[in-house]
Amino acid sequence: MTNISTTDDPVAETDYQRVQRSPEFQDLRRRFRNFVFPVTALFLVWYLVYVLLADYAHDFMSIRVSGNITVGLLFGLGQFVSTFAITMIYARWANKKFDPVAEDMRRQIEGEDH
Amino acid sequence: MGSWGTLSPTTVLAAEASDVGNPWINIGIFAAFVAVTMVIVVRASKQNKSAADFYAGGRNFTGPQNGTAIAGDYLSAASFLGICGAIAINGYDGFLYSIGFLVAWLVALLLVAELLRNTGKFTMADVLSFRLRQRPVRMAAALATLMVVFFYLLAQMAGAGGLVALLLGIESTAGQSVVIAIVGILMIAYVMIGGMKGTTWVQIIKAVLLIAGAGIMTFWVLARFGFNLSDLFQGAIDKAGPGGEALIEPGKQYGSTPMSQLNFLSLALALVLGTAGLPHVLTRFYTVPTGKEARRSVVWAIWLIGIFYLFTLVLGYGAGALVGPEAISSAPGGVNSAALLLAYELGGEILLGIISAVAFATILAVVAGLTITAATSFAHDIYANVIKKGEVKPDGEVKVARMTVLVIGVLAIVGGIFAQGQNIAFLVALAFAVAASANLPTIIYSLFWKRFNTSGALWSMYGGLISCLVIITFSPVVSGKVDPVTGASLSMIKDTSVDFAFIPLENPGLISIPLAFLLGVLGTFLSKESSHPEKFAEMEVRSLTGAGSEKAVVH
Repeated sequence: MTNISTTDDPVAETDYQRVQRSPEFQDLRRRFRNFVFPVTALFLVWYLVYVLLADYAHDFMSIRVSGNITVGLLFGLGQFVSTFAITMIYARWANKKFDPVAEDMRRQIEGEDH
Repeated sequence: MGSWGTLSPTTVLAAEASDVGNPWINIGIFAAFVAVTMVIVVRASKQNKSAADFYAGGRNFTGPQNGTAIAGDYLSAASFLGICGAIAINGYDGFLYSIGFLVAWLVALLLVAELLRNTGKFTMADVLSFRLRQRPVRMAAALATLMVVFFYLLAQMAGAGGLVALLLGIESTAGQSVVIAIVGILMIAYVMIGGMKGTTWVQIIKAVLLIAGAGIMTFWVLARFGFNLSDLFQGAIDKAGPGGEALIEPGKQYGSTPMSQLNFLSLALALVLGTAGLPHVLTRFYTVPTGKEARRSVVWAIWLIGIFYLFTLVLGYGAGALVGPEAISSAPGGVNSAALLLAYELGGEILLGIISAVAFATILAVVAGLTITAATSFAHDIYANVIKKGEVKPDGEVKVARMTVLVIGVLAIVGGIFAQGQNIAFLVALAFAVAASANLPTIIYSLFWKRFNTSGALWSMYGGLISCLVIITFSPVVSGKVDPVTGASLSMIKDTSVDFAFIPLENPGLISIPLAFLLGVLGTFLSKESSHPEKFAEMEVRSLTGAGSEKAVVH
């Protein structure tokens, strides 16, 4: 799609604008945002909770769960676990639910001028 | 990165650097690394024809390859030596660095990597200026890029001088300067000859060596404690003596005053939001053929980086238990020598030699990645698009990039020599804070916010950049921080009578990051600039579908 007409005429629409307006694209966009925005909010809040606990709730984080394993250590390792989990969930979601639709649309758009 | 600050020439000078290990083994193993990587770089250079080859390695790397290279780019010697040392000395508080550095990758994975790959070409500025006014936005983005790279580069160079000096037994400042110069020259050679392809292979090899080396040591340490984490902690507690229990509780380093707690909060914010704005990380996403491969890269990077940081937890406490905080603090290089002393304790001078060479290779690979990013940004953004307004042949641009490599190499050598003994933690933290304030808000806004415009981008980028620099300049990091026990200066300016600090915050993130996000909104709404719905449509459709994105080079 190299020959997109960009013109000063405000009424004329480019191919990209046509795609952007299409229900298929709007649906793809909504699906993407409905996934990544809540997940981003979730992990940022969970990280912030962890940081604030480590910073201000020393007694709670120092509770021994078993031997020298503290609540703080489990929370810290929990950050690793949640990061790995979100990574896997997102990759699976994107491969299965997002890529096929996006790929289809890419083919359609790029096919237009070939 | 935590504790590079203690690596000053005085501690190195005062110590007998040849106490542990055999410098000749260290040199031999390192020379072998340089020889092997140099052969690979020269072979990679044979395919360096176009700008896409030089800047983006022909976009032909696979996701797993690029993910490994990202880990090689990201895991600097400061993360390895610095975090191990911080955990050995400060226990749990050192662990907090690893967590911030890792969680930060989710921002890159979910919001940035694929969209950036689909819309950009070579640099961060490609994406930021996509639908805004080209020249001012590119200029601002390139300046922010150069600033982040500069601080990061200085930290690595100064670290290289101190580290190698300590390993090879070079004690004079002049000798360390020679070492810094050698690092600089090697880096110039790698990048000028190999371009992004050569740099990527150096980073891949280094990442494999670093993670494997840390993995072997981790296994070894755990074996010593019957694979029981609780026993390992007990070992560290016992070795530390009275009060050792504090090692497994938070607050040993940051918990003493309300101000230090705020400093910690500020640092945590800069770490988690900085990564996705680091230009040398962003340019790596262009080395793969598609947005999908960019996603795979980040998935691989997250696993490798995460596993590595889990190793550092064991290594840090292992160093605390087997070497002991007192022996670490009094060793040449102080806190930063924890991982190396642990290697010596476990496997004698051979393992020390291997781990030292890996640490040095680490610095070299990170420095090469930073240099090619800065050179790309200068040649592509400032020279080709701002000065020449896009009227330049692609190979002309690459010639400028190669010359820039030379200039940056020389600047890094000179800067590194002057930065010897500077507080390196401050430089790396500043790089993260600048990336989080000057770059990230504009990246997010331009990808997701339709109304965003040029004035918003300029307000946010310059506002973030300048506020960071101003806050740092008038903070105790630059002047007026005195060790209450010894009376020695803990600031950049060593003269304790000079004190112009009036902002008590030691990391600017807590103020500058929200400020930059706010300025982006204010600048956008206060400008009468008409929007470009057709450019936004193109950007949005491209970013999500990958239509019209840059293709891989076919050789």
